[in-house]
Amino acid sequence: MKLTLHIWRQKNASSAGKMVRYETDASEHMSFLEMLDVLNERLIAQGEEPVAFDHDCREGICGSCGFVINGVAHGPLPSTTVCQLHMRHFKDGDELYLEPWRAAAFPVIKDLVVDRSAFDRIIAAGGYISVSTGSAVDANALPVRKKDSDMAMDAAQCIGCGACVAACPNASASLFMSAKISHLGLLPQGQPERMERALNMVAAANEELFGSCTNIGECEAVCPKGIRLEFIARMNRDFLKASWTFRADRVEGD
Amino acid sequence: MKLDARIPSGPIEKKWEKCRFEMKLVNPANKRKFSVIVVGTGLAGGSAAATMGELGYNVKAFCFQDSPRRAHSIAAQGGINAAKNYQNDGDSIYRLFYDTVKGGDFRAREANVYRLAEISVNIIDQCVAQGVPFAREYGGLLANRSFGGAQVSRTFYARGQTGQQLLLGCYQALERQVQSGRVTMYPRHEMLELILIDGKARGIVTRNLVTGQIESHIADAVVLATGGYGNVFYLSTNAKGSNATAIWRAHRKGALFANPCFTQIHPTCIPVSGDYQSKLTLMSESLRNDGRIWVPQQKGDKRKPSQIPEGERDYYLERRYPSFGNLVPRDVASRAAKGACDEGRGVGETGLGVYLDFGDAIRRLGKGVVAERYGNLFEMYERITGEDPYSVPMRIFPAIHYTMGGLWVDYRLQSTIPGLFVIGEANFSDHGANRLGASALMQGLADGYFVLPYTIGDYLASTKLDKVDASHADARAAQNEANAQVKKLLGVQGKRTVDSFHREMGKMMWDECGMSRNAKGLEKAIGHIAALEQEFWKDVKVIGAGEELNQSLEKAGRLADFFELAQLMCRDALERQESCGGHFREEYQTPEGEAMRDDDDFCYAAAWEYKGPGKKHELHKESLSFEYVHLAQRSYK
Repeated sequence: MKLTLHIWRQKNASSAGKMVRYETDASEHMSFLEMLDVLNERLIAQGEEPVAFDHDCREGICGSCGFVINGVAHGPLPSTTVCQLHMRHFKDGDELYLEPWRAAAFPVIKDLVVDRSAFDRIIAAGGYISVSTGSAVDANALPVRKKDSDMAMDAAQCIGCGACVAACPNASASLFMSAKISHLGLLPQGQPERMERALNMVAAANEELFGSCTNIGECEAVCPKGIRLEFIARMNRDFLKASWTFRADRVEGD
Repeated sequence: MKLDARIPSGPIEKKWEKCRFEMKLVNPANKRKFSVIVVGTGLAGGSAAATMGELGYNVKAFCFQDSPRRAHSIAAQGGINAAKNYQNDGDSIYRLFYDTVKGGDFRAREANVYRLAEISVNIIDQCVAQGVPFAREYGGLLANRSFGGAQVSRTFYARGQTGQQLLLGCYQALERQVQSGRVTMYPRHEMLELILIDGKARGIVTRNLVTGQIESHIADAVVLATGGYGNVFYLSTNAKGSNATAIWRAHRKGALFANPCFTQIHPTCIPVSGDYQSKLTLMSESLRNDGRIWVPQQKGDKRKPSQIPEGERDYYLERRYPSFGNLVPRDVASRAAKGACDEGRGVGETGLGVYLDFGDAIRRLGKGVVAERYGNLFEMYERITGEDPYSVPMRIFPAIHYTMGGLWVDYRLQSTIPGLFVIGEANFSDHGANRLGASALMQGLADGYFVLPYTIGDYLASTKLDKVDASHADARAAQNEANAQVKKLLGVQGKRTVDSFHREMGKMMWDECGMSRNAKGLEKAIGHIAALEQEFWKDVKVIGAGEELNQSLEKAGRLADFFELAQLMCRDALERQESCGGHFREEYQTPEGEAMRDDDDFCYAAAWEYKGPGKKHELHKESLSFEYVHLAQRSYK
């Protein structure tokens, strides 16, 4: 199939970018990134700079890849990262516009590559259970209801790709944060730090220039891992409860 | 060079305890005076960096990805083994040890494997405490499943994303240390050289992948946790960025490289569809618990699978290996698939594929149960192939998946360079000639959480380390070497792309040093790859500059090292005139076509020493003795 691509080309963080038009061929069995590989091989042969994009596992799990195709983060197929998107979902003559994630907290590094290190800083602010190596009790000492464990797993599947932020008109990181807050908050092991976790992660996101959540739901629509809006409700519950009732120096039960 | 594995004396179940007691400790107040560099943030590197941070060391952790959470451990699907015996089915530390030594076809070190089995139980405890959402039963306790090469259910899993969940647990522990200030994280940094000062590993040279800046980092010890080298084959299940540069550069500086030819071919991957193919996707081995593998009995049978009656199908694994059936170890399953395809009974357009059929399982368990167990894998399959595995059997074919070989390390995970430790897939130590399923995650975390943090303390406590910084002449020399390599790659200005060279070499390696090997083919491959390497240095085309994000330059540097490694792999395969585990030499097989080991002549780990550019490597042998699991031909019949 023949495709017309318009790709965001930007040399580095400090230069201005622009859309550049390319004509290319693809086979329906290729993945989207393989289609770009073929384009890049041709660009190199012509002495032009290949298009830079982040990718690694190409199995939809590492969360490296992701850009916007015709206005939709990760492209048209639901629950699918661009690396798992195959060309059979497009047709001959399609015109596609590829752009990087757009958010103040995700500055463009080059072409379709953005800096998502803000996500790491949000996790560092509290997205963990403090248990140093060696101090754990036997794994079966604390039973966990299967329903809770399954829902924790639903939330834990977040790959940290950033599509939720790119899709959100507010560039909010709420879906990302709520996935971690719900994952850990649903498990008995996550209870001791549950309140501080919600407060600290939300505060970190605000510092990183992510917007607030206004319940639009674009994030859920593009999430390749099916992370649900209800996790944002869980996060809000923890955050509100913590904001109103939690004092760091208070002993529970006081 | 004399190889001393430093295996503690005494009975096998007391060795690790003895070693821990004998090792010197670093006083808690002194730990912050030591700095350690960790390269790679997968399960091994991430857990090591987090744990050393918790202990109080100053840690600098590096990864080439944009976040430590993206290391390729994340892609592991099936599970992690531990000898918990929660299922009361007769499992024990000793049985896990026994299965692993046997599964590795008697080419692993007994003492290391025993320690791995021993530590496996602590890993599960640690991960559950971190909030890893392993699968559970309705009573709230942990669930297990069985896996290839074992007859007990000892595999813990989190749907089909066990690696992801373990890595996120480890990443979160790491970020906690980043927050505390004891770990400094350097994402988008690639190690290009090792810095040796007075014969000890004292630092690394890195390239900042965003700015292109080449800089030196100095520490008291260096830990490499950079994973395997499966991408030497171009097509593999590894992530696109996985590479051997860190271990190869350390090898060139004096660390011996052990058993490079021991590579694992995973039997259940999605077959290649065309020339543009950029990587291969694994379908978890757990699928073999309920899926049945078959090909048509007749050669060239082009009917649809649904039109081939039961009586005309050959369930070849069940036929040849009645007691293990579809759950034989990976090497055995892969070779059998190749055999069926070589006979002309392969399926799909290319004839390079076999069926993995869930028809029986769906009839027996219902679609709902099958979906619960494998739903996400089925979705992934459908996404890639456009076929629905609930109604049409999956097509699978073997692909390169894991490398058992790696830098040689002693029992304490130290390489032949003092102060250079190597953990996880990057070392050679625990899996022998074949790794059992669900053991890679186990080894990565055992090394990182529970072994290295102790053994590195002994090194730091007992070694005199002068105060040095990046202005040291040896550090500057290493930095110059890295700079020169970048300049050289950019300076060739030839006509061929990096990928076109890599594909050509990968195909050669797959054909001649893949699932089965012979002397003639290996010799041919060595000559061909050497010629291709020369052509690379004359004709490669790398666009752009060094001082910017330049993905072609990154690939070119990695490929330059893969060329050298590929030749050593072929040489190692040539020297090892026996078949064992994943290394199958056509000249050495039983009349039934099974691998034939030669324990009289090859019961050793082959550790290769780099002798300089263009010079032949020298072979050193660490002989292996089996006091507990007696040498026997593996049988899964």
